[in-house]
Order: sequence, then C-alpha cells, then structure tokens
Amino acid sequence: MASLKIICPNGHLGFAPLKTGSFHLGVAAKPDFIAADSGSDDIGPVPLGNDSCASPRAWQEHDLEEMLLAARSLGVPMIIGSAGDTGTNSRVDMYVEIIRDIAARHKLAPFKLGWFYSEVDREYVRAKIRGGSPIKGLDARPELTEDELDATQRIVAMAGVHPFMKLLEAGCDVIIGGRSSDSAIFAAAALSRGYPEAQSYYLGKVLECASFCAEPYGAKETVMGEITPEHVEVTAMSPEQRCTVASVAGHAMYERSNPFHEFVAGGMLDMTDCHYDQVADKTTRVTGMEFEPVTEFRVKLEGSGKVGERFVGMAGIRDPYTIAHVDEVIAWARRQAEERFGTEGWELHYSVFGRNGVMGDLEPLKDQPGHELCIVVQGIAPTREMAEEVTMTGTRQLFYARLPDVKGTAGGVSFVLDEVMQASPAYRWTLNHTMAVDDPLELFPTHTAVIG
Amino acid sequence: MNTHKKLADLAKTIRSKNAGTDKITFDIIFREKETYELVKRSKALTPDSVCRILNVDPARLTDFVEYDPAYAIKFTILRDRPSGSAGDGDIFGAQQYAPFLDVMVDISH
Repeated sequence: MASLKIICPNGHLGFAPLKTGSFHLGVAAKPDFIAADSGSDDIGPVPLGNDSCASPRAWQEHDLEEMLLAARSLGVPMIIGSAGDTGTNSRVDMYVEIIRDIAARHKLAPFKLGWFYSEVDREYVRAKIRGGSPIKGLDARPELTEDELDATQRIVAMAGVHPFMKLLEAGCDVIIGGRSSDSAIFAAAALSRGYPEAQSYYLGKVLECASFCAEPYGAKETVMGEITPEHVEVTAMSPEQRCTVASVAGHAMYERSNPFHEFVAGGMLDMTDCHYDQVADKTTRVTGMEFEPVTEFRVKLEGSGKVGERFVGMAGIRDPYTIAHVDEVIAWARRQAEERFGTEGWELHYSVFGRNGVMGDLEPLKDQPGHELCIVVQGIAPTREMAEEVTMTGTRQLFYARLPDVKGTAGGVSFVLDEVMQASPAYRWTLNHTMAVDDPLELFPTHTAVIG
Repeated sequence: MNTHKKLADLAKTIRSKNAGTDKITFDIIFREKETYELVKRSKALTPDSVCRILNVDPARLTDFVEYDPAYAIKFTILRDRPSGSAGDGDIFGAQQYAPFLDVMVDISH
C-alpha cells in the first residue's frame, strides 16, 4: 500500500491568513489532499450565539481561494471543517457561496461540491432528554436540564469522520463541513483510502493546527503529513521550520488537558505508547498509536445562550490613595446602579487592569497594584437602552465615588472617552455536553452540487 | 554557589491555553531530558504547589501529568466560569502562565 500525503496550511482557517510561501512549497510536493479546519471554541460563545464570524470575510476568502485553486490544479480533494469559525448552517452556506464565487471568477472546470450541516434543533435535544437519554456534561458540567436548554440560542454538534467520508465516497472534489472535530477532517481522508484508524486519527491530530507541530514557533505555515499502514510522518514546509521529536511530541498536549488520549465521535485515540523518530532534517516519524472504538456512539454538543445586550466603558486611576481603595470606588458605582435599577435583571462586571484584570482571582500579585489602573466596565441588560444606561452609571459614577480622605475632589478617575461603547451581546457557553445517537450521520445532513 | 534558578531560565516553553470551554491547561516544556528530570526531582511543580501558586482549591485541578516524550510537565484547572463569559479577562486563557516564570527551582539535587 502506497503512502498518502495531506497538507494543512492553517490551524484555524480565516482567523489569520495562511502564509503563501510555505503553502506553495506544500502544493509543489503534490499532496493527495488539501485540508484545514476553520473552527474553534477558543473564540468564546459570542460568534455561535450571535451566528457571526470572528474574522473578516476577506481573510477567509483569501485562504479558500488559495486552497481551491491549488486543489483544482492538482486535481485532488479539498476539505474544510467547521466553516466560518462556528460551523453553523449560515457559515456553511457562506463558504459554499464563496467557493461558487471563486470558481466562477477563475472559470474553473466543473467539479463536485459537497457540504453538510451540523446545527441541532433545541426540540431535538429536548426529545432526547424526555425520551430518557440524558445529555451528559463534559469537564465537570452537570447533565443538561430543560431550563438550561431553554436559555440556549444555538447548538452545533461536533461531526466525526462520517459525513466527510460519505461525501468523499460520493466523489466530491471539495467539501465544506459544519462544526467538526478537527482531527476528523484529515482522518476521514485517510480512512476513505483504507488506512487504519489509529494512524488515520493520529494524522489528523498532528495536522490539525498546521505549523504548531513545528519549531521554531510560527503560525499559519503549511505542514505535510504522510501516512502508511504502519506510521505517520510530518514535515514542515516552511524553510524556517522543522518538525522535531520535541515539537511533534509537544503538540500532542496542545490545547488539551491530557496528552495521551484524544476523544472523537466513535472512539478514542491512545497516544500513550507513541514513539517519535527524527527521520530527516524537517521530518519526524510517529509509531505506536492505538485506537479504541466505543460501543455507545455519543456526539459532542456546543451551545451558546444570550445573557443580554452589552456596552463597555473605561476609566483610569492615577491617585495612589484611590488605587488602594479601588474596590470601594467600584462598590460605590455599583450601588448607584442598584439605586436606579434595583438588584436584579442587569449585570455590571469590572476588570481592573494593572491589578488583576487578566488573571482575576488566580492573580498572585493582586495586592500589589501598579501606579496606574485601567478599569474596563461591562454592563449587561435585556435592552440596548438599559444596557447603555447601566454601563454609563457603572462607569461615570466611578468619577463621583466618595472616599473619605481623597485629596482630589474634582473627579476620581480619568476618561479616554466620556462615553460607553456598544459591544456584541453577552453570551455564555450553555452546552459542553455529549448526546447519544443511533446513527453517526443522523445530525449531519449532506448535500452535493456540480459547480461550473 | 547558587542553588536555585528561576523556572523561566530552565524551561524552553511556559504557556497556558484553553482546553475546551471550561478548562485552562498549562505546559512547562524543557529542551533537554536532564533539565526536565532536575525540575521533576526538585518538586517545585507538584499538584499542591501549582494550586497554591494559582490560589485554587485542589478540586479544581483536573490533570497533572509528567509527559516524558516531550520533556513536559502539564496541568489543567477548571475555570471559575466558562471562557468568554462577561467579566472573563482572558477568553483564550493564553496569559495565565506568568506566575510560573518566577517559580524558584532547587537545582542542587
């Protein structure tokens, strides 16, 4: 059995543009697939809840155009997962439209496009709960309740290899996926050509973040993975980077709590006994991976729920006495908001930069504030008008805080802007759960069309 | 002779990042096996010490792994609220590692 090569130019397509130099070197190595994931839950719950992208459309078009032109000129499949950061239905449709536009603009010869959706209707999840199939929490979360479900705006299911393989088997040249497990995008390509599960899922695991498995550090550079039935080799395409034993082994633990196990829909990749060898200057070979299939098929769900409309204000403090009493200043402003709005139905959040704005309660130096502070105020309420007034009260009343021994009685804080700014609505992650399904494809309807 | 060194002077990488929506994971990675073994022997980083440094209840520490293939010590905590909730100061969890730069390591063993 010959080997199979896949290149990945970007660990989060569109989040920052891919670097074309190493991508073109990767294309010149004649890969059998070009693939990338475009999603992440790193970006917080706002894009999923709001059904928006975290990045400008121009950056996403840039990467899709580079990849589509390369894939069509080589005549190899191109696979994208988690379209538009979140993989919601509207983001899949947007990527399908972008692919059509690029194909038309470049007058590409006809090709077969496949796509699948992964949004899940709330009532579908409710029926599972009422039917006695609990929606189990991940990472110490409790089982999903109907109350929490009702507080959720939008849910996506994390696809495994199955919808990708179905579309590959249907002969698709380009695939746009809804929310997907990033390793599954690459694993599906290898599995569809008959490679074993352990090596295929490992290939996906090591390629998913592109050059994050290479050193020195440099994001958005292309890497190439090559799979045989026995091993996976990974090679940096950038002239400045190498895939070393340290960088590849180190990548296995990136963004995950445990470096040994990777859970995907349908099983678990076990990297406990992986062995790493530097087989060429820029190439590391990995052997010893295992795959354990599971008997109960559970799919991960992500959900985002709206908390309210949101405005943001900012204030600075330079007086050392006021800095030492900043919590009293904040308490004063909060009390003024309570007098106006009561104690419920709105929220004020204060981040005190220069003290513990980045780390909050984790900050070991929170009793050693700097000589100046910046307070970021977030006000949240059901309507824009109320959120604006809550935030303005919580910001401007910092100016009027009454501290007994303050010398500066003309104003307690400084303002860069004497206004508050509308931000995205506030959302929170309501679902980080798994749901049992009978058929791996039941949440992921697929579609195909000939383009051109 | 100096018997202690800062972790920042011994490790190649000290980083933090989200591990999903509810956790932050920390990676301390060393260039050579010897340094990695030295830091392990020093007990400067243990489940107890990392919880003390971050001032978190030990119940919030979900994983603590000495990962030999990468010469790395890796640990993971539950966030006090999911990433990106209003008031979260670090949506990506990427700036939570700073207190570990200054951890003093006994290099005399």
